[in-house]
Amino acid sequence: MTVKTASPPTRDERVAELGAFRSMLRRPEVGAVLGALVVWFFFAAITPEHWIGLGGVARIIDSSATLGIMAIAVALLMIGGEFDLSAGVMTGTAGLIAGLLSTQAGMNFWAAAGIALVFALTVGYINGLMVVKTGLPSFIVTLATFFILRGANVGVTKMLTDQVRVSGIDKVSGFALARTIFNTEITIFGEKFWTAFIWWIVLAIVATWILQRTQWGNWIFATGGDANAARNVGVPAMKVKIALFMTTAGAAWLVGIMNDVRLRSAVASQGIGQEFVYIIAAVIGGCLLTGGYGSAIGAAIGALIFGMARVGIVFVGWPTDWFFSFLGVMLLVAVLVNNYTRKRAEAMTTAMAKARAESQEEDEA
Amino acid sequence: MTAEPILEVQHITKLFGSVIALSDVSAKVYAGEVTCLLGDNGAGKSTLIKILSGVHQQTEGDYYFEGEKVKFNSPREALERGIATVYQDLSLIPLMPIWRNFFLGLEPVKGWGPFKRFDIDFAKRTVRQELLKMGIDIRDPGQAVGTMSGGERQSIAIARAVYFGAKVLILDEPTAALGVKQAGVVLKYIVQAKARGLGVIFITHNPHHAYAVGDRFIILKRGRTLGIWSKDEITREDMIRAMSGADELEALSHELDELARRDAAKKQLELAQAEAEVADELEEGEKLFDE
Ligand SMILES: Nc1ncnc2c1ncn2[C@@H]1O[C@H](COP(=O)(O)OP(=O)(O)OP(=O)(O)O)[C@@H](O)[C@H]1O
Ligand SMILES: [Mg+2]
Repeated sequence: MTVKTASPPTRDERVAELGAFRSMLRRPEVGAVLGALVVWFFFAAITPEHWIGLGGVARIIDSSATLGIMAIAVALLMIGGEFDLSAGVMTGTAGLIAGLLSTQAGMNFWAAAGIALVFALTVGYINGLMVVKTGLPSFIVTLATFFILRGANVGVTKMLTDQVRVSGIDKVSGFALARTIFNTEITIFGEKFWTAFIWWIVLAIVATWILQRTQWGNWIFATGGDANAARNVGVPAMKVKIALFMTTAGAAWLVGIMNDVRLRSAVASQGIGQEFVYIIAAVIGGCLLTGGYGSAIGAAIGALIFGMARVGIVFVGWPTDWFFSFLGVMLLVAVLVNNYTRKRAEAMTTAMAKARAESQEEDEA
Repeated sequence: MTAEPILEVQHITKLFGSVIALSDVSAKVYAGEVTCLLGDNGAGKSTLIKILSGVHQQTEGDYYFEGEKVKFNSPREALERGIATVYQDLSLIPLMPIWRNFFLGLEPVKGWGPFKRFDIDFAKRTVRQELLKMGIDIRDPGQAVGTMSGGERQSIAIARAVYFGAKVLILDEPTAALGVKQAGVVLKYIVQAKARGLGVIFITHNPHHAYAVGDRFIILKRGRTLGIWSKDEITREDMIRAMSGADELEALSHELDELARRDAAKKQLELAQAEAEVADELEEGEKLFDE
């Protein structure tokens, strides 16, 4: 068999250099990192006395942590090619189930939280199953779930408590330990932090590791890139999608419990409207709306940008009504930057391939 | 040749809604042989091999693998039995790098328990080696497959199937986008796989490729079996005639002749008309001149 001889090492080195530069530009989270820096410097310039220093950091992190946890899970799902519009309201549902079962039925908080988890995972499973079995867009399927849960959250809470909130969760057994584990206040160098941020960082690392280093990561990218092709070569694409829907539901449960133990109560309207914020954070983090591309770290940074904006607008003293306009602008900029960096990376790859072909022709001549 | 076929289908029918893609097709594939699957566009070749590779399930009929009746519910199940396929659409993920595509679905892992991970170094190294064997020198296994040429993509899909095909190798028009040299490499691969004792199923529209490596020829026509021959039962010319349908070919050549004749007749008519017009004009001119 004819085998092309290996090329001289000099040329290899040149390609490797270009490759390293290109692969940096090619990272999906480039835009998010740049965006985070821009936003940070922006507020640092306007209100340095609040912004720079540990106090500012604590406020920003607090504002981003639970959002970040959700953004990571939603990013995984988006890379797998689907959306979950019920992710926001599910944080409320999980918190309410745990709260109602423990305060109204007298259950231990851990048992109540366990039942809430089973419920959340079941809803995630059903979402996933409906999407893969019917082939309907997940946008529609989970929109339906969103409305069902939204109605049930208020309906059931009112029925059991005659109010739209569940209070007194801190009086039930098992609460103290749950608070310690899920979300408690700690003091670092004199500043108060909520421990949800540790979960956020750990989950970002775990999700990135799964995406980049494991078989499941490969399957998630492939399923989002082309589910049919992935299935053809042996990827259990349906299983992957269902697992991802269960992951967002599981993350929503975690955030719901975090809210319970922090606020010692749960409100029926919790989480409504947040589903789009998660998606926007994931997109700012480099996820393509079409699936098959994105990053968990990017989504975590996308959430950080949000946290900064939310806190910064308050620090500067602007009316908070402008927060959503800011969101819109960020989203637009992010999508444009992502588009640009991806096209650029592709153009460079093509140019490189051409250069390679030409230099090969020269060699042969 | 072994007496028992490694893979056999009996009376396979496949419906897509009301479309009959295959109807009562039976075929045998032997280990250490190349079985060519031939036929027109839309004859049902891809549908048949997709049933063999677990993508589709037959509506009716039986599928035996190594003498045992099987039903593959997914391509993964077929792959686990050693049946690897190069699909006509290649089934590569454009946004993913070469090395991730190559091992997709059957990733090599190392480590233990929850720390089990994709052996990335091994994957990158192996991809380079395997593609180098095909005469394709990739410097950067991290290149996205979507940025590669059609022929390069096809080579990746073939190299992947050859690497993973343990018992049966199915190739659906693997040489369609390839240059002469690369097509030659693929034909050599087919012969090598056969020599290793694999059963090879080779779909092509190129009769020369088919006759060069094939041991057995199955021709499908509009979802039905037109005929099955072993190489010593059929000459290349007969095979080509069967592939294109001899009667149809004759009819076609008649039609072409007829068209050509009509064309010529039409041209003559037009010519005559034009001459007549010119003559008229000339006449008129002459009259004017006379006056
Ligand atoms: N998923 C599907 N749904 C509906 N009809 C299908 C499907 N797949 C194939 N068909 C139909 O089945 C018939 C056979 O198609 P198939 O792809 O097997 O042909 P082929 O022999 O591979 O043709 P070609 O040489 O063009 O690749 C065609 O009429 C096609 O329209
Ligand atoms: Mg075909």
